[in-house]
Amino acid sequence: MKTVLDTRNLAETLTAYAQNTRRIALKMICASGLGHIGSDFSAAEILTTLYGAVLRIDPKQPRDPNRDRFILSKGHASGALYATLAQAGFFPIEELKTYMQPFSRLNGHPDRNSVPGVEANTGPLGHGMPIAVGCALAAKLKRASWRVFVLTGDGELQEGSNWEAAMAAAHFGLDNLTVTVDRNLFQQGGSTEKTIRLEPLVDKWRAFGWAVREVDGHDPAALLEAYSAIPFKPGCPSCLIARTHKGHGVSFMRDNPAWHHRVPDKKEMSAALAELGEEIRS
Amino acid sequence: MSVLYDCRDRFAHTLEDLGRANENLLALCCDTVGSSKLAAFARSFPERLINVGIAEQNVIGIASGLANGGMLPFVCAASCFLTGRALEQIKVDVAYSRANVKLCGMSSGMAYGELGPTHHSIEDLAWMRAIAGMTIIVPADPIETELATRAAAAFEGPVFIRVSRMPVPAVHREDYPFKIGCAALLQEGSDITIIAAGVLVSRALEAAKQLVHQGISARVLNMATVQPLDREAIVKAAQETGAIVTVEEHSIAGGLGSAVAEVVVSTRPVPMRILGVPGVFAPTGSAEWLLEYFGLTAAGIQNAAIELLQQRGRI
Repeated sequence: MKTVLDTRNLAETLTAYAQNTRRIALKMICASGLGHIGSDFSAAEILTTLYGAVLRIDPKQPRDPNRDRFILSKGHASGALYATLAQAGFFPIEELKTYMQPFSRLNGHPDRNSVPGVEANTGPLGHGMPIAVGCALAAKLKRASWRVFVLTGDGELQEGSNWEAAMAAAHFGLDNLTVTVDRNLFQQGGSTEKTIRLEPLVDKWRAFGWAVREVDGHDPAALLEAYSAIPFKPGCPSCLIARTHKGHGVSFMRDNPAWHHRVPDKKEMSAALAELGEEIRS
Repeated sequence: MSVLYDCRDRFAHTLEDLGRANENLLALCCDTVGSSKLAAFARSFPERLINVGIAEQNVIGIASGLANGGMLPFVCAASCFLTGRALEQIKVDVAYSRANVKLCGMSSGMAYGELGPTHHSIEDLAWMRAIAGMTIIVPADPIETELATRAAAAFEGPVFIRVSRMPVPAVHREDYPFKIGCAALLQEGSDITIIAAGVLVSRALEAAKQLVHQGISARVLNMATVQPLDREAIVKAAQETGAIVTVEEHSIAGGLGSAVAEVVVSTRPVPMRILGVPGVFAPTGSAEWLLEYFGLTAAGIQNAAIELLQQRGRI
């Protein structure tokens, strides 16, 4: 995934990569019998755009002190993260077959000490934001130029720790920090708004001192445009609310919370792969 | 009457000293500049005192992120809130992540006395012990507080240090060779061993002194490192003295006594007595009064030792 200057071609490439991420994640989940398809599919374009064209990282030096940091706060989207990291060259794509197998380093939730490219051990929700604030604060203290990106789910914003971190980020003026909210409107049990209302979400982030933009989270061109504009406001942390769909890419999974962590059977897998553009060999 | 010290003073002084030598060292707190005695640190290094406000979960996550960015964060907050409120962050963001974060549980134990069980931290050792890879140090006096703080700074990985505010006498000489994971033999003895940590160490020594008058030779071990334990010293004590009393300013569930018992039962079983807070929330009273109420005094330790030996027909 080389950074390409032609944005339109780049966006097309990223879209293709995102679809590939979905196909890979789907196969990983079907093979292991475990995973979070809905969440993986929701975040595919966001992850692909960040790793393909935004993050200043070198897969050969995953702990380069001056690297940009990306933290997946919604750690259950590990399938999409691993697929993205492997495609970006952090470890062999072949290894994805070990997902959640005994002794695999590809745990159900990412472990920074095992998997190259993983910055934070996440899984319990509401952990990514405070860690990201710490990373961004370290950059400020060291007068370093690395940037920090964190991807949260929307349901996880019900965890109060996010808002403790949001307050701190604005207070410390962390304009090197960008949160992307994967706003697919669903959490495990159903609609976020019927569970515990998050709206008006833009107003909430603004009230906490963040510069906010909204974007179609499945459109790499729009995502690229947004990320190229950070910080949205000097001296402020940036919040990008990415409008997404849980299970995006497969019609019978899209916006259906049953697919939060359901595993497809063989028939469903074939149907899903076909929708995701996989050529069927007979 | 010996001179008594508040270990927080030595802790804060040491942190400032360490800060002078290492520009990456940070003090993080939760509106606890005063109670952690960080005012001087803040004056010396205004940029390196990070006050996140009243937000323990956040301070731990931030510390983990700062460590990711190459900093050396010392988180200083009331032990009760730091460990209880942020337990999952300590488990995941610090220990499981193997982040180089130092957790300084200030005013631990029942030091907040009359403020009540909300402010007592008598579960922290049990919670921290259950977390893989967490080093736990409970210093007994100012010199050990300084040495533990220095050792924590030099150690790569998560460390939890209890920093008491209860006035304690010095039990160690300034040239005491503190090492993480090594118990300090404070007094030799052959009839029974008293294993103590923190503010109870000076009381254990006093108890041993009194026991001499009853013809009982008590060994005293300062088990400042509660994790990883000095197993060798414990097994040796069991083997050579045949009975063990442990004493701590903590619940008897899961603390120092439990840790020692886990070693004793699986290596050299000997009768034990575990002194601490026996599974109750403390009544209202000063810190000093509460220690007396729960028998965590020289006399209480002495009585427990005598009872244990009597029960075993050894006296």
